[in-house]
Amino acid sequence: MNQQRTAWLFLAPALLVLGLFFVLPVIAALLLSLTDYDLYALADLRNLRFVALGNYWALLQRPLFWSALGNTCYFVALGVPLSMATSLGAALLLNSPLARCKPFFRTALFAPVVTTVVAVAVIWRYLFNTKYGLVNYALGGLGLHPVDWLGDPHWAMPTIILFAVWKNFGYNMIIFLAGLQAIAPELYEAARIDGASAWRQFRHITLPMLRPTLLMVGILTVAGYFQLFAEPYVMTEGGPLQSTESVLYLMYDEGFKWWNLGSASAVAFLLFALMFAFTALMLRTARRAEHADGVSS
Amino acid sequence: MNRRKGLLVIGLATGLLCSCGPSQPARQTLDFWTIGREGEAVTKLLPEFERLHPEIEVHLQQLPLSAAHQKLLTAYAGDSTPDLTQLGNTWISELVALHALEPLDERVAHSSSVVATDYFPSIWATNRLDGQTYGVPWYVDTRLLFYRADLLRAAGFATPPRDWAEWSRMLAALSARNDGKHFGILLPTNEYDQLTALALQQDEPMLRDNDRYGNFESVGFKRALTFYVSLFQQRWAPAITNVEAGNPWSEFGRGVYAFYLSGPWNIGEFRARLPAAQQNDWSTAPLPGPQGPGASSAGGSSLVIFRRSTHKQAAWQLIEYLSQPAIQQRLYELLGDMPPRRSSWLGGTLRDDAKAQAFRDQLERVKPTPAIPEWERIVNEMQLVAARAIAGELSIDQATAELDRRVDAILEKRRWMLERDDHRGQR
Repeated sequence: MNQQRTAWLFLAPALLVLGLFFVLPVIAALLLSLTDYDLYALADLRNLRFVALGNYWALLQRPLFWSALGNTCYFVALGVPLSMATSLGAALLLNSPLARCKPFFRTALFAPVVTTVVAVAVIWRYLFNTKYGLVNYALGGLGLHPVDWLGDPHWAMPTIILFAVWKNFGYNMIIFLAGLQAIAPELYEAARIDGASAWRQFRHITLPMLRPTLLMVGILTVAGYFQLFAEPYVMTEGGPLQSTESVLYLMYDEGFKWWNLGSASAVAFLLFALMFAFTALMLRTARRAEHADGVSS
Repeated sequence: MNRRKGLLVIGLATGLLCSCGPSQPARQTLDFWTIGREGEAVTKLLPEFERLHPEIEVHLQQLPLSAAHQKLLTAYAGDSTPDLTQLGNTWISELVALHALEPLDERVAHSSSVVATDYFPSIWATNRLDGQTYGVPWYVDTRLLFYRADLLRAAGFATPPRDWAEWSRMLAALSARNDGKHFGILLPTNEYDQLTALALQQDEPMLRDNDRYGNFESVGFKRALTFYVSLFQQRWAPAITNVEAGNPWSEFGRGVYAFYLSGPWNIGEFRARLPAAQQNDWSTAPLPGPQGPGASSAGGSSLVIFRRSTHKQAAWQLIEYLSQPAIQQRLYELLGDMPPRRSSWLGGTLRDDAKAQAFRDQLERVKPTPAIPEWERIVNEMQLVAARAIAGELSIDQATAELDRRVDAILEKRRWMLERDDHRGQR
């Protein structure tokens, strides 16, 4: 038995599982997205029509799809930088030699990640209640007008972003912390001897050394944030005026609420194409930046 | 926990007893699904049934309302439907379209306890599709007014409103303070029941041509939407969703809202949540219409048998048992679920319950919504568009045109199927 065949033999179980539970369903979903599979088709397959790219075309003409896409991009554009900055900030604080009770703070800051979205959302809904919420109470103390956090279409998404960032930043913080601890202390020592300020140390040592970590965290966070669903589902149910309805929320509604599995599959593939393109763009930009750096140094 | 342990002990004991005694005649296990709060109450009604029918064992599964729709469809797709289930009457058409339900006309015709003419006609009608009966109404649900009688009296009104004009005058008087903290009425902007009830009061149906197209640009629907939106524009109702409304019961008690347009289960909620001293301050009234008392929605739940069930006779026995007036009166006492048959209203605590009588009155004036599988989706769209009109993003004409456009798109498949079937019929 040659080496290649042995390799395939060892890979076979994994490939079989992947093929059966991943590749096959994806192909089935792709086929489904080319039909108008719905409740009537479930009852009787003669009610199924092949519509080719009809679902995609109909989606691209639906204002709700574009507004859902707009909401998702808004969430990603604001949420990802905010989330990464918060994670990095928390990681820097935890990594600082001045920090005390590190294990306690590490656990406390990581805690939101392991809590249940649904349970935490209840608390957040109370906090952001217009009339009785603690947040508006605090604003009132500062002499500011109360904000209708979850009821005003302009404020609902920022509130969701705050919630999502708070819920998720702990995870990236741990990755950043590991990245920070891997930076050789000699570099900082040398910089201090040269009289570099804290800011310049951060700018010229920490950030460049963290670049691979930043790229990975960036890609993971973007991919995760594009799939926004649970937060609006439990906080606002997509409202008010569908201002927090994301692409994935649209897919859920189409597929599981209205049982239009054809159209829902089309949403899923459009979202996949978008995320694929965006991640590829990020990788390419990062590679190009690295290349440019390599030339300049 | 204790009760569960108790049941376990009983179960073990019967198991032991049975294993000693002579073998029983073929024992049947009935799978019965309930949706929402009825599941808990029905556990108190079933022991009596099992005592009367020792050969039947009911296996009860309680589904939460939020997961019920999905679970029913998944069960159908996965060939694992129960023998019978409780089913919201707006979902019947969906399961009939799937050919999932057993027609019951034959059984009803021969039944001495399920008497079709005893039921409120509109409620019974929601269970009939294409000339066949698919469900037996179990309890009814409609929307009407809860109101603070004391606040109305203080504002100079001795009786609840009978038509829209009178209602508007009351709302104006009650919202006179206009301080942004007190309102005439609570109408959560993400609930479609209220606007649906107002639209059902109109002469024009909401769909036309055998439910092939939307009919929302009709004069009637525009009148209903205009009135509905005006309640928000006058600031008689706050433009908030039920998520923000949080606890409407205590706010109603505090006088934040003088009217609340809701369903029968809230009789129980208000009795439980408001202090004893306030129990005489609130009451219920039939829904006012454009001119005089108006119609409201014919909602509620029915009991249906699945086509794939292998215990249809036993399932029917359970339906007959649960349809008895005495049992329906007990269901009312346990949950506040209102009985769908007139004879059930003649006895028990229902007869003398002043707050329930407004519902008794309203039930003679209820109208069903179109019985098509797409309806749930259509009313959702209706409310989304209405919310835009409330927010001032769309005028009434724009909103109704947009709504007809969306609804016509949703009904495209239905039109295609009807046309195909027509062609087949001709050939």
